[in-house]
Amino acid sequence: MAGLKGFGVCSLAVLLVSLVGCGAESPAGKPEAGRAPASAGAKNYELLNVSYDPTRELWKDLNGAFAAQYQKDSGNTVEIKQSHGGSSSQARAVIDGLEADVVTLAMWQDTEAISKKGLIKEGWEERLPNRSLPYSSTIVFVVRKGNPKGIKEWTDLVKADVQVITPNPKTSGNGKLSFLAAWGSVVLNGGSEDDAQAFVKKLYLNVPVLDTGARGSTTTFAQKGIGDVHLGWENEARLEVKEANGDLEIVYPKQSILAEPHIAVVDGNVDRKGTREASESYLKFLYTDAGQEIIAKHFYRPADEAILKKHAEAFPQIDLFPITKIAAGWDEAQKKFFAEGALFDAIYQPSGK
Amino acid sequence: MSRRKSLSVLPGFRLSLSYTITWLALLLLLPLAACLMKAGSLSGEEFWKAVWTERTRAAYLLTFGVSLAAAVIDTLLGLLLAWVLVRYEFYGRRLMDSLIDLPFALPTAVAGLVYSNLYVKNGWLGQFLVPLGIQGAYSRLAIVLVLSFIGLPFVVRTVQPVLETIDADIEEAAACLGATRWQTFYRVILPALYPALLTGFTLTFARALGEYGSVVFVSGNMPFKTEIAPVLIVARLEEFAYAEATAIAVVLLAISFVLLGVINFLERWNQQRST
Repeated sequence: MAGLKGFGVCSLAVLLVSLVGCGAESPAGKPEAGRAPASAGAKNYELLNVSYDPTRELWKDLNGAFAAQYQKDSGNTVEIKQSHGGSSSQARAVIDGLEADVVTLAMWQDTEAISKKGLIKEGWEERLPNRSLPYSSTIVFVVRKGNPKGIKEWTDLVKADVQVITPNPKTSGNGKLSFLAAWGSVVLNGGSEDDAQAFVKKLYLNVPVLDTGARGSTTTFAQKGIGDVHLGWENEARLEVKEANGDLEIVYPKQSILAEPHIAVVDGNVDRKGTREASESYLKFLYTDAGQEIIAKHFYRPADEAILKKHAEAFPQIDLFPITKIAAGWDEAQKKFFAEGALFDAIYQPSGK
Repeated sequence: MSRRKSLSVLPGFRLSLSYTITWLALLLLLPLAACLMKAGSLSGEEFWKAVWTERTRAAYLLTFGVSLAAAVIDTLLGLLLAWVLVRYEFYGRRLMDSLIDLPFALPTAVAGLVYSNLYVKNGWLGQFLVPLGIQGAYSRLAIVLVLSFIGLPFVVRTVQPVLETIDADIEEAAACLGATRWQTFYRVILPALYPALLTGFTLTFARALGEYGSVVFVSGNMPFKTEIAPVLIVARLEEFAYAEATAIAVVLLAISFVLLGVINFLERWNQQRST
C-alpha cells in the first residue's frame, strides 16, 4: 500500500494548488499604485480597447489619430491595443479578467453585464456625452445586382420565394438587431404583437442558414451566394457592397432600428493600472470633430448633428426607431425576445414546423 | 501485492504512477470537476429545464447521430486507406501517407469554411450536386462530411501499424489451406484488426462529439434540423447563463462517458473471446 500513499500525497498537493489558484483569480484585484501618472516627465500608456466584430478598421484609424493628438496635448505617448470578437463573448472575457481599459461593445446589455459585476460603476451610461454614444448605426438590406426579387421593405422579406440571410439572434448582436427591426416594422405600423409574432416566424422560416456571427453571415451571402437579401450592420453592408464590385446593392427600408453601440471606461481596470486619465481622454476624443469625421468615414452615423449633416449623402434619412419604442429597454428586450424559451425560440417550436 | 511487483522488472512504479495521477488530475479531472460544480449550482428542477427540452433533445440526437455516422464511414474508409498504404507499393505513396495527417493540423474552422464553400450551389462540387438534390452544405449530410474529414486520420493511424505486423505469409497459408480470398479477409485478417478498428472508431466518434469549429460553418445551425448541442452551449453562454451552459455540457459528457464505456467493454469482450 506504500505505493498508494505516494500518489495520494501528490494528488492532494495538486488539488490544494488549484484551489488556491481559484481563490486568487478574482478579476477585481487590488489597487496598485506603481503606475500612477506623475505630473513630471512623459509617460507611456498602453490601453486595451475591447470591441465587437466589424469595428477593426474604424478603431485602427481612430487609435492612430488619438495617439498623435494625445502626445501633442499632454506630452505623453499612448499605444492602444484592440481586441475584437462577438460582442457578448468579448464582455465575458472582460468579466473573466481580460484587462480592458475601455469597452466599445455592440449591445447595451453587454456593457451592462460588465457593470453588474462591479467593473464599471453604475450610471456609466450618463458619464459621457450623448448617453455614451459617439456614433449609432442601423440594420439595412443588401440585395443582389438589379434587386431581382424587388426587395424594398420589411414586408418583402416574408414572400415565399425570398431567402433571407442574417445571423442567429441568440449568438449575435447583428442577429438581435435584425429581429428587433423586423418586429418594430410591424408593431410601429399598426400591427399587434400577435401580428409581429406571425411576421417574424414567417421571416425566420425564410432564413436557410443561421450563422453565429455578423461576419459569418456576410460570407454566406456575399461569397457563397446564398440568399436574396442580407440583413446587416449599415457599416458592414457598405463595405460588403464596395468589395463586391457591382454585384451587390444596398437597399434602405423606410424604417429600421437605431443600434446603440455604447462605450465605457472599465473603472475596475483603469484604477488598478493607473490609466484612467488616458482612457477618458481616449473616449472623449471620439466626440471631437476629428474623431467624428473618422467615424463618418467608416460609415457609422456620427453623434454630432453638424457632421452627420455634412455627410448626409452617405447616410440616407430613414426612420430609426429606438429600442424604447418596442420594449422598455435593451434588458427587457433581451428577456422578452431572446431569453431561453422566449419569443425567438417559439418560432422554431415543432408544433409550427 | 505480489502481483503488482511482478508487473515490471523496472523500478519506478510508485514515482511514475504518482506523476500519472497528478497529470490526470490536473489536466482532466480538475476541469471536469469545475464543470460539474458549476452545473451543480443549479437546482434539480433548473438543471432539468436547461438540459431536457424538445430542442436540446433534438440537438443531442443530432450530435450523436452524425458522430456515429461519421465514425462508421471513417472506419470503413480508414481501413481501405490503411490497406492500400500498407499492402501496395505505388508512386506517390509516401505523399499520400503524409497527407492523411492533414486534418489533424488544419484548424477545423478552415475545414468547415472549405467544405461549405465546395458544396454550396455555386461551389466547385455544389454546382453539380445541388441540381441533383444533394445538399452538401447546410444540411445533416454536410455535418457528417466534415466530421468524417476531421476523424479520418484516427482510424488510418490505428489500423496501419497493426496491418504492417500481419505478414503476407499468413494470407498465403490461409490460401494454401483452401480459404477463398473473402474467407482469408474476414476469417484471418479482420479478427486481428478488430481491436485497432474499434479504437479508431472510438477516437473518431469521441472527436466528432466535441467538434464545434467546423460544424458551425457547414451546418446552418437551424434549430431542430442542423443545430448541434455545442451551439446550444454557446447560445446559453451569450446570455451569460454559465450554469445552464455547463449543465448541457455535463449531459453531453455523461452520455459520451456511457457510450465510450460500452465501446471499451466491447473491446475487452472481443479480446477475451479471441484469446
